[in-house]
Amino acid sequence: MDFITSIPWALIAWSVAKAVFVIFLVVLPMVSYTVYAERRVSAAIQDRVGPNRTGFPTTLLGFKKDMQIILGGLGQPIADAVKFILKEDFTPGGVKKFYFWLAPCLAMLPLVSLAFVPFGSSLFGEKMVIADINVSVLGVFAVTGVGVYAIVLAGWASNSKYPFLGGIRSTSQMIAYELSMGMSIIPVLMAQGTMQMSHIVQNQADNGWTLLPLWGHGLSLQSWLLLIPFGISFIIFAISVFAETNRLPFDMPESESELVSGYHTEYSSMKFALFFLGEYTAMIVGSSLIVVFFLGGWHMPGIPDGDGNGGLAILRELPHWILGLVNITCFFGKVAALLVCFIWVRWTLPRFRFDQVMKLGWLYLFEIALANIILTAAIIAFTSK
Amino acid sequence: MAYVVPRPELTLKEKAYLPSIISGLKITFGHFKKMLQGKTKVTMQYPEEKWDAELPEYYRGAPTLVKDDHDRERCVACQLCEFICPPRAITITPEEIPAGERFEKVEKRPAEFKIDMIRCIYCGMCEEVCPEQAIYLRKDYAITGITRGEMVHDKKKLYELGGVFKGLVHKWNPEK
Amino acid sequence: MSAAATTTPVQMVNVQIDGVWMQFPKGTRVIEACKQAAKLIPHYCYHPKLTSPGNCRMCLIEMGTPKMTPDRKPVIGADGKPEIAWIPRPQISCAQDVSEGMGVRTNSPMVQECRKGVMEFLLINHPLDCPICDQAGECKLQEFSVEHGNANSRFLERKVKKPKSVELGPRVTLDAERCILCTRCIRFMQEVAKDDVLGIVDRGSFNSIACHPDRKLDHNYSLNTVDICPVGALTSTDFRFKMRVWFLKETPTIDVNCGTGSNITIGTRENRIYRITPRDNDAVNGPWLPDSHRLNFKFVADPKRLTAPEVRPQLGESKPGWQQAINLAAEALKKNSGKVAILASGRATNEELFLVSRLASALKASVVDILPRTGEADGMLIAADRNPNTTGAKLLGVATGKLAEIANGIRSGSITALLVFGEDATNAGLTADDLAELDALVAMDILPSATTDKAHVVLPSSAWCEKRGSMINLKNRIQRLNKAVIAPGSARDDWEILRDLIFAISGSNGLHSIEDVFKAMASATPTLAGLTLSRIGDLGVDLNNRELPSAGHVVPPTLPTL
Repeated sequence: MDFITSIPWALIAWSVAKAVFVIFLVVLPMVSYTVYAERRVSAAIQDRVGPNRTGFPTTLLGFKKDMQIILGGLGQPIADAVKFILKEDFTPGGVKKFYFWLAPCLAMLPLVSLAFVPFGSSLFGEKMVIADINVSVLGVFAVTGVGVYAIVLAGWASNSKYPFLGGIRSTSQMIAYELSMGMSIIPVLMAQGTMQMSHIVQNQADNGWTLLPLWGHGLSLQSWLLLIPFGISFIIFAISVFAETNRLPFDMPESESELVSGYHTEYSSMKFALFFLGEYTAMIVGSSLIVVFFLGGWHMPGIPDGDGNGGLAILRELPHWILGLVNITCFFGKVAALLVCFIWVRWTLPRFRFDQVMKLGWLYLFEIALANIILTAAIIAFTSK
Repeated sequence: MAYVVPRPELTLKEKAYLPSIISGLKITFGHFKKMLQGKTKVTMQYPEEKWDAELPEYYRGAPTLVKDDHDRERCVACQLCEFICPPRAITITPEEIPAGERFEKVEKRPAEFKIDMIRCIYCGMCEEVCPEQAIYLRKDYAITGITRGEMVHDKKKLYELGGVFKGLVHKWNPEK
Repeated sequence: MSAAATTTPVQMVNVQIDGVWMQFPKGTRVIEACKQAAKLIPHYCYHPKLTSPGNCRMCLIEMGTPKMTPDRKPVIGADGKPEIAWIPRPQISCAQDVSEGMGVRTNSPMVQECRKGVMEFLLINHPLDCPICDQAGECKLQEFSVEHGNANSRFLERKVKKPKSVELGPRVTLDAERCILCTRCIRFMQEVAKDDVLGIVDRGSFNSIACHPDRKLDHNYSLNTVDICPVGALTSTDFRFKMRVWFLKETPTIDVNCGTGSNITIGTRENRIYRITPRDNDAVNGPWLPDSHRLNFKFVADPKRLTAPEVRPQLGESKPGWQQAINLAAEALKKNSGKVAILASGRATNEELFLVSRLASALKASVVDILPRTGEADGMLIAADRNPNTTGAKLLGVATGKLAEIANGIRSGSITALLVFGEDATNAGLTADDLAELDALVAMDILPSATTDKAHVVLPSSAWCEKRGSMINLKNRIQRLNKAVIAPGSARDDWEILRDLIFAISGSNGLHSIEDVFKAMASATPTLAGLTLSRIGDLGVDLNNRELPSAGHVVPPTLPTL
């Protein structure tokens, strides 16, 4: 009985409530509208229009005409979801059924890593992070590392050559870029001296963003010298995020011109949709990490946090819950801006060859990241008082 | 004989790849910006905007049958169009014009003339081959239906679409 | 040439055709000699089986005779061959026989000019209604006009109007405007049909073909005039406006209406027979075919055709599958083994009759016979024996002449089961009551009859144009049947049904194709030894005087008769 009473039920319930709130009300809509944004942005880049007229199918209810939403096309993600759920869920013969079903579930795993990401300062005194543990950086990397299983399992369980090749490519690519990704972030952690993401963000709010050290302790020689390794870190980290999320120009596991559509060739209906959504979730996670590590998280210069600290004096007068909401908006605004960059890059660059991807990962990024750590260490050692 | 394609020597800038990425991003951003500003106008929003007024004279829409000024069906069921039709969309059942009818002298006409618009590829060979200048591709392009049967145009429908073609049309002769 | 094969030596003459010296038997027409030299001369009125009036003028050629010295010796040229004195004016090649030292030019500028001129004259009053003309596609006027004619007409005057759509007889329709007055039809009726009802009336450009005022063109060979008409003037009333000829898939096969076994071509489109035309075979029917035979194909598309096996309710399911029906039939027949009679048909192919004889021995059948079918011979192509394969039935031991024993056996009780194959047993001296007496009655047929009504098992089979096989005509010539259309519904090839019956009664027989059946038959029948279905060829093999073509023998291509 002691054991049961010792469990902090209230805390668990509260965390679950926060998780549900974040996942279902923020992340999932964000994922589906990222897909929509991808289609509209890519269309604009290619001088097309894109989905612009999905309305409510009022004809189904007996009306003569469908009702078009005024902001044409915004219903597209809903229609897509309905379509995916209603489509025939076909399981080919000869697949390893258990793993075939398991793979798409694992594809949604990156969602979990969002639990560690501080997406706001505080709201009504509650910290805007689901699990504020002291090694949250490691937690994020641990969870995202599992994401590769989705692709490997899908490739293997499909019992078909193209998914298989896609799965193998994915494994090697993930391993290669996981390393440089982890290495590239070490300089930031060295400078911040903490593995807790909320502290990293708070530090940036107090002493200037990693890439924008313009206030607090940021106005020191060390901060300005550290901009060099941080810049390198940022580039390597960003490239690795592209590679980890299998986005162009690193979409080797899919590469439809060679592998039909790679690891999810044999998938249909909602199982395919889960892979699809998983890719976009991974994008959001990746962008969140970039924002947290390099771009100041929820902080915006001049805006106080949810407890009314820092920022401009006039703004501190505002109700604190408004400030908390503004912080959350800042965070997701930054994430959204990064997502657009992701999309922009995708519709600009052609796909690499697989050997080029491997060469880039192992021969350049990894080495540069290593050297970067030493450079950071040297700068910190020589400039510390 | 093997021919060796010389690889271009890349400069350091090109090797670094990042500058080319940035110039690429500039190009795509340019398109993006123009589209947002509404400067690019390529797509036509189909059911609201239509191209019908600008359809050229030589536009090849749905094949139709025409009658002449005396309300005589020009088609004599020679079946050349049925023969030439690449997707075999045309099926003609010929019949003799019964004695006593107005155009008895023509002797032959189609009892049924069917064009399967699911098969039709709008190539216009039927129009070109027709010795009686009875079949013309008109400008109807939105041929729709909810059953396969509806998509087969029968003689009645074909004359409805085709209407009357006045005078002798010199398809091949330079004079009009 | 075939001169070596005949006993009397034929005198050969040297003829130069387009600069090449060749040898032809004396008496060969120049037009035929040119054809043998692969120089096709366009012509309308000439027909190899008819006399040559030389009235169409299309076959004009340049001709020459050996140049003679004043002492009547041929002048020998530098190449050691006689020099030729060319006649300055063109000659018709259809009315002239080859002679020693003759020279022919089939394609000189003068000849081409002549053909062009003749074509222009022939087309002066032609209505040019090819789009509705049934001859279009196989019209010599169209073909030669493409090769030799002008694209434009210089004839500005009004064309002469002539009667159109004239009913010359019950089966032939005339369009006089299209006629080029070649008189092939008139000569056919005079010389071949010996019924001189056609002639030319009116004068000059009003000339037209007409029937004798008191007569109709109702001879049983009248449709041959349609075949030989080089233009669309004479058309078959039955085929008129039914289908354009270029759509027709042509299947070479033989006629099964009598023992002559005339060679025919079946024209089909999308599994429907549109017309039957004679196929040239000088050993059988030449280029002719009687009307009664060529129009007797409508029953094939009869809606009453049997399309699925049927079984009397007391035997089991009334809508059985094929295997079920065959098993039931085999069971019923086996139960009466030794008391079975088989009524086969003289319209069946050799392969089917061979399987019938096998079936008879498997069932220990007491009587096997075919139903004789006779009519009046017409002295031309229609034989008195109206069964096309009596000879084959005799050869294979199926025609035994014991037909009367079937009826007697049934009445005396010594026959309790009857297998009727493609015939109506009530035509063989049996009454419906006799059939009702039987313990087992199995019928294979294509159309319902009194027998299929009474049968315990009905097995739908294929019509003559729906199957392959061979038949032997009254002159002992084995010829091939080919498949022109597909049998309706689930009706099957007769030989397959028989094979399955034998299989169900006595086990496997290793026959998987019609070729297998022929092979088995040829090895069991000395007369057919060494033959295969493909070796029979399109023209058949004379079993009396058989020269087996060696393997790899290639029949030289022949130019078509125009």
